[in-house]
Amino acid sequence: MKAAIVLFPGSNREGDAARALRQAGAETTIVWHAEHELPAGTDLMVLPGGFSYGDYLRCGAIAGRANIMDAVRRHAARGGLVLGICNGFQILCESGLLPGVLMRNRDLRFICKRQHLRVERNDTAFTRVYALHQAIDVAIAHGEGNYEAHEETIIQLEGQGRVAFRYCDAQGKIGGAANPNGSTNDIAGIYSEKFNVLGMMPHPENLIDPLVGGIDGRGLFESLFRAA
Amino acid sequence: MKARVTVTLKTGVLDPQGKAIEGALHSLGIAGVASVRQGKIFDIEVDGADAEKAKAALAAASEQLLANTVVENYSVEIL
Repeated sequence: MKAAIVLFPGSNREGDAARALRQAGAETTIVWHAEHELPAGTDLMVLPGGFSYGDYLRCGAIAGRANIMDAVRRHAARGGLVLGICNGFQILCESGLLPGVLMRNRDLRFICKRQHLRVERNDTAFTRVYALHQAIDVAIAHGEGNYEAHEETIIQLEGQGRVAFRYCDAQGKIGGAANPNGSTNDIAGIYSEKFNVLGMMPHPENLIDPLVGGIDGRGLFESLFRAA
Repeated sequence: MKARVTVTLKTGVLDPQGKAIEGALHSLGIAGVASVRQGKIFDIEVDGADAEKAKAALAAASEQLLANTVVENYSVEIL
């Protein structure tokens, strides 16, 4: 599988994403945001975490209008896989590839900690090696991760089974203190209508090595490798 | 020509920053503050003298970039 990771000014997780993908067997290249085309044969586009354009205006707002996003839109429209992590999720929402918006965390703090997520479905290209409703132990690091959308949008996302992950506790229980940022319906990640675009606030790419305390993030990248 | 675009959060959208500012104003003892909502102002210098054209261009700018219309409203005024 060939993965292209987009680098915006202020991205800082492109190396972690590349490492996680290579560990799963992917070939990775870094693509500068001012490019108009993706490298030939790209299966997966990754929008990594960080602080593109210093979070000026709104998180992901300026990156969402970068040249490369037209190429990402075309890639997604022909069924290509797109993964946006953290700031990448914010960029996907700002660019209109995913609905809704990531607002300031409920308690205004930047939260950087380990966080469990419940895998809401395991029949997508991103989650096929996980068990259904498995509680995976990954990490979050964001100040604006509070997912909000119009009520009709939330109903539609839920109705179409497009919630990818929900914040939960270590036992997989949802609600209350397990929701770190006030996100609607404990949403940590969502899919596009065709399930080929995934945006998520947590960082699976941080938990791929026993040296840092866990490998639950590996499943996502291994799923992608099996997909293509 | 000088123009101003004001972007505010829609009613009902939680504004934790506004809430924190509201709390700080209360703790300063400033009387009569019922609630605070935070927004953004863009002061923009526009070429040309056609106010209607400028307004239309800034409405497009607001729709495409300055505001996220999922959660924000905007207004354009020519100063």
